[in-house]
Amino acid sequence: MTRHFDQELQDLKSLLLRMGGFVEKAIEQASLLVIRREPWRFKEIQQCEIQINLLNKQVDHLCFCLLAKKAPVAKDLRFILAVVKINADLERMGDQSVNIGYAGVDYIRRPMINVTQEMSDMAEKVRSMVKDCLDALVNGDEQLSRLILDRDEIVDQYKARLLDYLQDLMVHDRSLVESALDLIMIARNMERLADHATNIAEEVIFLTTGQDVRHPSLVDKGGSQ
Amino acid sequence: MELIAVKKLEAWFGVFQALKDINLSIQENEVVALIGPSGCGKSTFVRCLNRLHEEVPGARVAGEVWLDGRNIYAPGVDPVGVRRGVGMVFQKPNPFPGMSIYENVAVGLRLGGVSKRTVLDEKVEQALVRAALWGEVKEILKRPGTSLSGGQQQRLCIARALAVEPPVILMDEPTSALDPISTAKIEELIQELKTKVTVVIVTHNMQQAARVSDKTAFFLLGELVEYGATEEIFTRPAQEATERYITGRFG
Repeated sequence: MTRHFDQELQDLKSLLLRMGGFVEKAIEQASLLVIRREPWRFKEIQQCEIQINLLNKQVDHLCFCLLAKKAPVAKDLRFILAVVKINADLERMGDQSVNIGYAGVDYIRRPMINVTQEMSDMAEKVRSMVKDCLDALVNGDEQLSRLILDRDEIVDQYKARLLDYLQDLMVHDRSLVESALDLIMIARNMERLADHATNIAEEVIFLTTGQDVRHPSLVDKGGSQ
Repeated sequence: MELIAVKKLEAWFGVFQALKDINLSIQENEVVALIGPSGCGKSTFVRCLNRLHEEVPGARVAGEVWLDGRNIYAPGVDPVGVRRGVGMVFQKPNPFPGMSIYENVAVGLRLGGVSKRTVLDEKVEQALVRAALWGEVKEILKRPGTSLSGGQQQRLCIARALAVEPPVILMDEPTSALDPISTAKIEELIQELKTKVTVVIVTHNMQQAARVSDKTAFFLLGELVEYGATEEIFTRPAQEATERYITGRFG
C-alpha cells in the first residue's frame, strides 16, 4: 500500500539532498579558493550558505509538522529524527565553508606557505567523505556509512600533521605567523567538516538499522546500542 | 513476578482456527497492549484469558493459561469463578440497566458474599475513587448507571471490575466509543491502575498502545508475530510485518 506520508518523507529527503548539494558546492569552492588562491570564490560560498540556511529552516519546519501531524513510529520516526540531526550538521557545514572562505581570503593576502599539496589532499579527503555520506543517505547504505566512520581518523591525522608543521614554522619564522594562523583555522574547519560527515554517517546507520553507533566507548558504561 | 503465562494456546470458532500456538508471559503490574488488524485474534486472545471465548457456540480452546499460578483451563476449574476474578471492560460501556451507580459497583461484591453495608459502602467508594469517578458521582449514587455520560459509564464499568479487586483487568477496545477527553481520562486511569493491577488492553489505536502500555503484542492471522517492550516495538520492531503494520504500510 502506498501512503501519502511516503511522498511527504520523500519530499523531506529531496529538500535535505538539495541542501547537501549546496554544502558540497560550498566546500568545493572553499577548497579551491584556498588551493588556487582565487578570492572571487568567496561570493559563491556565501550564495551557497544563503540557500543552505533557507533549506535548513524549511527542513526543520517540515520535520516539526510531520512529527506533530503524523505521529510517526519505527523507521518513519527514526528517519525524521535523523533528518533533524543531519539538517543541523549540514547547516554547520555551510558555516564552516564560510569560515574557510574568510580565512582563505586573508591567507591569500599574506606570504604563502608551501603546504598546498597537504591542504589539497586533506580537502579531497573531506570532500569525498561529504559526498559519500550524502550518497549513503540517498541509498540508505549502511555499509558505506560504516566506511566513512573509519575515514574520520585519517582527516584528523592530516590536521595534526599540518598543525605540527605550522606551529614549528611559527616558532622559526615570525613573518609567517599570520599566514600559519589562517591555515590552522582552515585545517580546523576542514577537520570539523569531516566530523559532521561522520555524524551524518552515524545517523544513516541509525535510520537504516535502529542502532546507535555514536560514542562506542560508552557502550560498556550504559550507553545504548 | 509473572502473573499470566500462556502456553501453546489455540482457539477455534467451529473449524476456523482463530489462534495458533500462542506463548506469552505477562508480569504483575504491567500494561500489555494487543494490536493487530481486524480478525487477527487479539480479542479472541483476551477472551481466552477469562474463559469467555468458550461461551460462543462452537468455540473451543486448547493449551494452558496460568493465572496467578493456576491453569484456568485445568479440568474441574469453574469458568464462572475465573471470570469473577478477572475484570473485563468492553468496547461499549455496559452498566447494568435498572441498577443505580452504587449497585453497579456493589453487585460483584454481593455475588462474592459481601453483605455488610459499611463494608459495601467502603469498597464501592474505593472502587469509584480508583476509577477516577468518585468526585463526579458521590452525590448521585442512587441515580441509574445509564444516566451517566459515555465516558463516565465506561469508568463505572472499570469501577465495577475493580470492586472485587482482581489481579488483572482485561480491556477490549475500551475507548473506541469515547470522545478524546474521555479517552484521555481512561488512559490516565490505566497508568494509575497499574500500580495495583495488571492491565491487558486490546486497541486499534496504535498511539494509544504506545502511550499506555509497557509491552506490546502484535497479532496477525491468529499468530503472535512479535511481543516486546513497547518502546522497542514502536522505535525498532524486530519483525518486518510489525514495522509494516505500525507504520500503516500494511495492505
